[in-house]
Amino acid sequence: MDLFINLAINGIATGMLIFLIACGLTLIFGLMDVLNFAHGGIFAWGAFVGVWGYSVTQNFLISIVLAVIAGLLIGLITEYLIIRPVYGNHIQQILITLGFMLVLSEFIKVVFGPNILAAQKPPFLQDYWLVGDVTIIKYRAFTIVVGFIIFVAIMAVLKYTKIGLIVRAGVMDKEMIQALGVNIRLVFIGVFMVGSALAALGGALFAPSSGVAYAEMGMEFGIFAFIVVIIGGMGSVPGSLIAALLVGLSNVFMAYYVPSLAMAVTMILMFLVLIFRPEGLFKVSGVSNK
Amino acid sequence: MTNTLLKLEQINTYIDQFHILQNVNFEVKSGEVTVLLGRNGAGKTTTLRSIMGLNSALSGQIVYKDEDITKLPAYKIAKKGIGYVPEDQGIFYDLTVGENMRVGMRQEDEATKDRMEWVLELFPDLKKFWKKPGGQLSGGQKQMLSIARSYVNDNDLLLIDEPSKGLAPVIVEKVIESIEKMKEKTTVVLVEQNFYMASRLGDSFFILDDGMTVHQGDMKELRENEELKRKYLGIA
Ligand SMILES: Nc1ncnc2c1ncn2[C@@H]1O[C@H](COP(=O)(O)OP(=O)(O)O)[C@@H](O)[C@H]1O
Ligand SMILES: [Mg+2]
Repeated sequence: MDLFINLAINGIATGMLIFLIACGLTLIFGLMDVLNFAHGGIFAWGAFVGVWGYSVTQNFLISIVLAVIAGLLIGLITEYLIIRPVYGNHIQQILITLGFMLVLSEFIKVVFGPNILAAQKPPFLQDYWLVGDVTIIKYRAFTIVVGFIIFVAIMAVLKYTKIGLIVRAGVMDKEMIQALGVNIRLVFIGVFMVGSALAALGGALFAPSSGVAYAEMGMEFGIFAFIVVIIGGMGSVPGSLIAALLVGLSNVFMAYYVPSLAMAVTMILMFLVLIFRPEGLFKVSGVSNK
Repeated sequence: MTNTLLKLEQINTYIDQFHILQNVNFEVKSGEVTVLLGRNGAGKTTTLRSIMGLNSALSGQIVYKDEDITKLPAYKIAKKGIGYVPEDQGIFYDLTVGENMRVGMRQEDEATKDRMEWVLELFPDLKKFWKKPGGQLSGGQKQMLSIARSYVNDNDLLLIDEPSKGLAPVIVEKVIESIEKMKEKTTVVLVEQNFYMASRLGDSFFILDDGMTVHQGDMKELRENEELKRKYLGIA
């Protein structure tokens, strides 16, 4: 039982990190119809900026804020330079964002050096709580809480604010929302920046939990996030949360019980969804291809 | 004398490589309901989309309130005070009726609230289903929501595309009544195949055929001209 709960907490924490990357990706795809393979690169940047920020300031909160700011900036640059010229063309998007993903990875090595960086947890999150005979690692609990807060905040914005309604409406019908007087380009940029910032936050939270930051982590997690977006339903934030938790949990459990299948299980999940529910677990209705 | 609110001059619009509108000319007077008629595929929807900037004209000029809006993006055209009720109604299915109304509001000031109240009196159903997702409304309710949404902003011109399409006669009557009330407050371009509706609401008409304007005049004229009706509208 102890083991089961531990694995479950670990799986949920991993899922929350994947969710932070995937929720931006799903909105970017749903709203802008853009396949952004550079998204994972921003996750990696978040990790490095966070680790660097913590080593310089010794203040965890500041390091997170720095990572988020880096995400916003890289998001702005990416949208402006990389995405803007290729709206409406998926093939070009795949090629150019994959290319940019490599650029982001290489640039990490230029700025932070070619080596893997060791990442520390802040002292107040270093040990664990004993609840009965279950040990709860503080940092994992922290990750889960942060992920959950972000989820609730995004849902509240989407549900109750005008800009949130505009984003949801834009996911359903880009033309109509413009005919109602909304400059969808500005909304695109905003969503892209916020999505990038969330990915960077995910990276900054991930590094201390794994103990390292390495340039290739962007590619690994970027692929996870894409799979999650497909499983959850493109454009659906709750879908990406559920899917991220599924992927996180199945990975952690498989890694423990059948390690050789840990990677395969994610793929199997995706194929099952594609076969039985091609539109994903949560379908956003009225998504048009106009 | 009435003023010209909107004028299309020699409009040419392409969809991909297809030359859909060919030198369309078209004029809308302030305060009138101008009906755009023509058989299926004549180019009526494309004309509205060109005005709205959703399918901008390649050449020619669209002048609204003495300003050239031909190449403006759709959102800027909307902000000039043009409301659009598309053929498919453009309802956001996952948003509730209330959210559909709110997302279309360019401002949330007193005047907008007043218009909202007025429009909800006109369509009490919308109030009743305020929390219902747009996708679960009946065809008639969707149509009313779309019309209501276009009215809630401070618009001087409404473009309404075949509002009677697919609706039962009783509902068509309701839509007609609502546009009649709307008409007192704003100018309307109405695309309509239903001649009964067109004739009830229209002050003047334009007939499109094969992407060209082939006839125009007062609605009165058309009511009496059996040949025109037969030729372009398929009414015996
Ligand atoms: N997406 C499209 N691709 C190619 N042709 C189109 C497209 N949309 C409309 N058309 C063509 O443009 C012409 C005018 O269409 P439309 O403006 O919708 O006519 P109407 O509203 O009068 O029925 C039709 O011949 C139609 O086949
Ligand atoms: Mg049409």
